[in-house]
Amino acid sequence: MSLPFAIIAVLTIAAAVAAMNLRNLVHCALALTVAFAGLAAAYLQLDAQFVGFAQILVYVGAVAILIVFAILLTRGGDTPQQSIFSSSWLAGAAVAVVVFGVLAWTVVNSAASRRELPPQPEATVKQIGDALMTKFVLPLEVVGLLLTAALIGAVIIAMKEDRPELRNHASKNGTKAETSGQIVNRKS
Amino acid sequence: MTEAIDQLFVSLKRWIEGFFPEPWRSTISIVLIVVPILVMFGTLFAVATILERKGLGRIQNRYGPNRVGPFGVLQPVADGIKALIKEDVVPYRADKVVHFLAPIALLVPVLLTFAVLPYGRNMVPVDLNAGVLYFFAVGAGTELAVFMAGWSSRNKYSLLGAMRAIAQMLSYEVPLILSAVTVVMIVGSLSTVKIVQAQDFTVRADGSLGLFPNWFVFTPWGLAGFILFTIAGIAESNRTPFDLPEGESEIVAGYFLEYSGFKFALFFMAEYFEMFAVSGMAATLFLGGYGAPLSWLTWIPTWFWFMAKVVAFLALFIWLRGTLPRLRVDQLMNFAWKFMLPMTLINLVAAAIWHFMGPGLARWFVCAALLIVPYFWLAHGLGFGKRLTKRTYRYAE
Amino acid sequence: MTPLVGYLLLSAMLFAVGLAGALTRRNAIIVLIGIELMLNAANLNFIAFWRFSEHPEALTGILFVIFSIGIAAAEAAVGLALIIAIYRHYRTANVDEVNDLKG
Repeated sequence: MSLPFAIIAVLTIAAAVAAMNLRNLVHCALALTVAFAGLAAAYLQLDAQFVGFAQILVYVGAVAILIVFAILLTRGGDTPQQSIFSSSWLAGAAVAVVVFGVLAWTVVNSAASRRELPPQPEATVKQIGDALMTKFVLPLEVVGLLLTAALIGAVIIAMKEDRPELRNHASKNGTKAETSGQIVNRKS
Repeated sequence: MTEAIDQLFVSLKRWIEGFFPEPWRSTISIVLIVVPILVMFGTLFAVATILERKGLGRIQNRYGPNRVGPFGVLQPVADGIKALIKEDVVPYRADKVVHFLAPIALLVPVLLTFAVLPYGRNMVPVDLNAGVLYFFAVGAGTELAVFMAGWSSRNKYSLLGAMRAIAQMLSYEVPLILSAVTVVMIVGSLSTVKIVQAQDFTVRADGSLGLFPNWFVFTPWGLAGFILFTIAGIAESNRTPFDLPEGESEIVAGYFLEYSGFKFALFFMAEYFEMFAVSGMAATLFLGGYGAPLSWLTWIPTWFWFMAKVVAFLALFIWLRGTLPRLRVDQLMNFAWKFMLPMTLINLVAAAIWHFMGPGLARWFVCAALLIVPYFWLAHGLGFGKRLTKRTYRYAE
Repeated sequence: MTPLVGYLLLSAMLFAVGLAGALTRRNAIIVLIGIELMLNAANLNFIAFWRFSEHPEALTGILFVIFSIGIAAAEAAVGLALIIAIYRHYRTANVDEVNDLKG
């Protein structure tokens, strides 16, 4: 195997394993960003330049920041003290090992694995744009609709709700008299 | 003769390469491209610091630094020595690895963006097919570094500054990319070299050049796109009036609060480099890159024109910093999402109409109207057209 | 080992690591990170097969991955919004503790 591919592969897998094993959540998110960058390098190795740059723009530039913001909004910034793995971690790890075993065995034993490297294809942005507008225009429109729905949906789900029942619920820390007084006031 | 001066650096590079044997040639070629760019932008950074301080000083009716050399020109040297010998203070509870990596993670993407700018004719470091996309993709890598800097300091002011900086950079990324997309749409290519070549002088039938070049800034959609791109670029590099994340009087320098010495110098340098990169891209997209403004000035070499445009942008940024007050965070975000984003989308439509209406006078009126009318509607609707009333005072009783 | 097998094995390993993380970690956000890794591994598979195919000018692999990147970003946004909403109600982002319907 060529040296650049070996370096990229080792870097990406190390970053992915680190993302799944580190204690601190923000470190996990940063390791995931390194994995994304390694994958973008792999796409560039495979002569898919548009996809490589789109991967950096979308994943490193937006999804990683989204994950980091969500970690901070759910107060995950501190290193947790108790165990980070759930109680059934052995079953999960076993399933993952079995899945990798099956996939690797299939890959190595398939006929496709004996293909040689074809000459470099031409995948200019112009051709991608042409394909998007002629052959793939319906998926393009559907993805646009889906992104709009996801945008609106995410904003509505994560919006802070300002209902009076929630304010009562939150004031349970006060004395009984206060809460019953509030409920009495509301009824009258 | 002018051709020789114009291609001076290219021929110099080939001459030096000729001394080395064949297997080394590609490595030497890469080194010969990268080192002069780093040296040039490093020198420009030093010059920019002293220009900025003197310029701001004069705008504020005082001299800038004038002690260190004649008229203070050796001030960057003094600043550099100070930054290098200062003690590197890392807070006790800071996250050491992330705190160390943040300045590097900020500087590397900005340096990578220098690779697709055309510094002169045949002087692009890498002529990528998707050069403009590469520029914006790599530029988006700076946002995570800002977060790393702010969060690893374990300081609430740093974190707040980092959050504001990320929100600002993310919000202004969208108008930045959309205003560049209008140029890409008209030229039909993402390669920076082709975009510059599309803004060249028209060759008349007798071989002579027309007087004015076809710079996109001379078209209605190009002018609107240029203004939007420049504003978004100022916001991307956190300069005044968009420098709330690092304002000294607001949030005590925000996300690089806990950095001292060389790391602070790296942050400072990354901000200036980002300013240069955005200026270079604006010059490439709208101001004709390395082209001369008038056809009888083409004897001046192209690399001079590119640097002149970048320095002109630098002067514009310094002027804006000296004169405009800072925008508040909610004003910033309103401006990006409610004003700039609709304007860039309308600009896209105006550019398309310009292209399809064919040459003539009609398209000037249509495109100008299409851009000016929404500008006034949006400005009025967003309250910029508030009526100024007599000032009232409230006194403590 | 041919180059194609190298890329496919890399993609399989990334998928397995993502799956292991999604199944074993307690924090909901890390589960989402695992899911993103799995999606990225599948994208790498598509691009590897596109590069080694007989008709790369059809650009099918590239376009699939472009749509997949867009959809994965939308799904990450909605998933994280859900986690934030759950955190507001349960005050924890731990998947083991969100078990009100149990028993």
